[in-house]
Amino acid sequence: MASIKPRVKVPKTAKKGEVIEIKTLISHKMETGQRKDRKTGETIPRNIINKFVANFNGNQVFAMDIDPAVSANPYIKFNMKAETSGEFEFTWVDDDGKKYTATKKLAVN
Amino acid sequence: MTEFTRRQVLSVGGCALAAAVIGVRPAFAANDHQEIIAKFTGGKAAKEGKIGLDLPEIAENGNTVPLTLSVESPMTKDDYVKRVIVVADGNPRAAVATFHFSPASGVAEASTRMRLAKTQNVIAFAEMSDGSLYMAKKQVKVTIGGCGG
Repeated sequence: MASIKPRVKVPKTAKKGEVIEIKTLISHKMETGQRKDRKTGETIPRNIINKFVANFNGNQVFAMDIDPAVSANPYIKFNMKAETSGEFEFTWVDDDGKKYTATKKLAVN
Repeated sequence: MTEFTRRQVLSVGGCALAAAVIGVRPAFAANDHQEIIAKFTGGKAAKEGKIGLDLPEIAENGNTVPLTLSVESPMTKDDYVKRVIVVADGNPRAAVATFHFSPASGVAEASTRMRLAKTQNVIAFAEMSDGSLYMAKKQVKVTIGGCGG
């Protein structure tokens, strides 16, 4: 399977009090557990990203519990009110227990 | 549209089969959306309104249906949207996602892309910081199902 790579788009700077937009995408097939192998007829086991968390300076800003009905290569867009400079930490949790992370800095002036 | 194409019939049939095999009730009956909603609301009644569901009226491809939800709220420490659940009443499994917001969100808005197996209702419930509940519902017509792929 192709390597799973998270991508995040966050503005580098923001004015204090501005609501910024954060866009994330992670490459993942999001196997639903409903599909069957065409040759063997066996159900293909579920394998999805089941949780996404966005922290800023250690505090949770946004999180999402994800079910198999979210499309492959899950795209998530959300917002944050910029108050202080700091660092984002984004975490995606896979069904197999693996975690994928990305970090981004934000300067507030 | 009244006539089904061969592809539609096959995809819907496939979903029904998958649902039947794993022990879920057949796809043409209700799925588990009522149980999921009851778990979220704790049996309390929800008012209509406050939630905006931005979905296409007709989705050509049920594999990636864009969804944007927004909830009216000042998003302050004392008055904010805690969480929003999205369910689809015609998928083999109803749960789509639960969004957790915080006062730091600024606005209670989020977008993602979802799978819809067939034409059905997308339903959202929001829980505010004071415990009050709101709901919204929108039908999406799906021309090619998102079950399988």
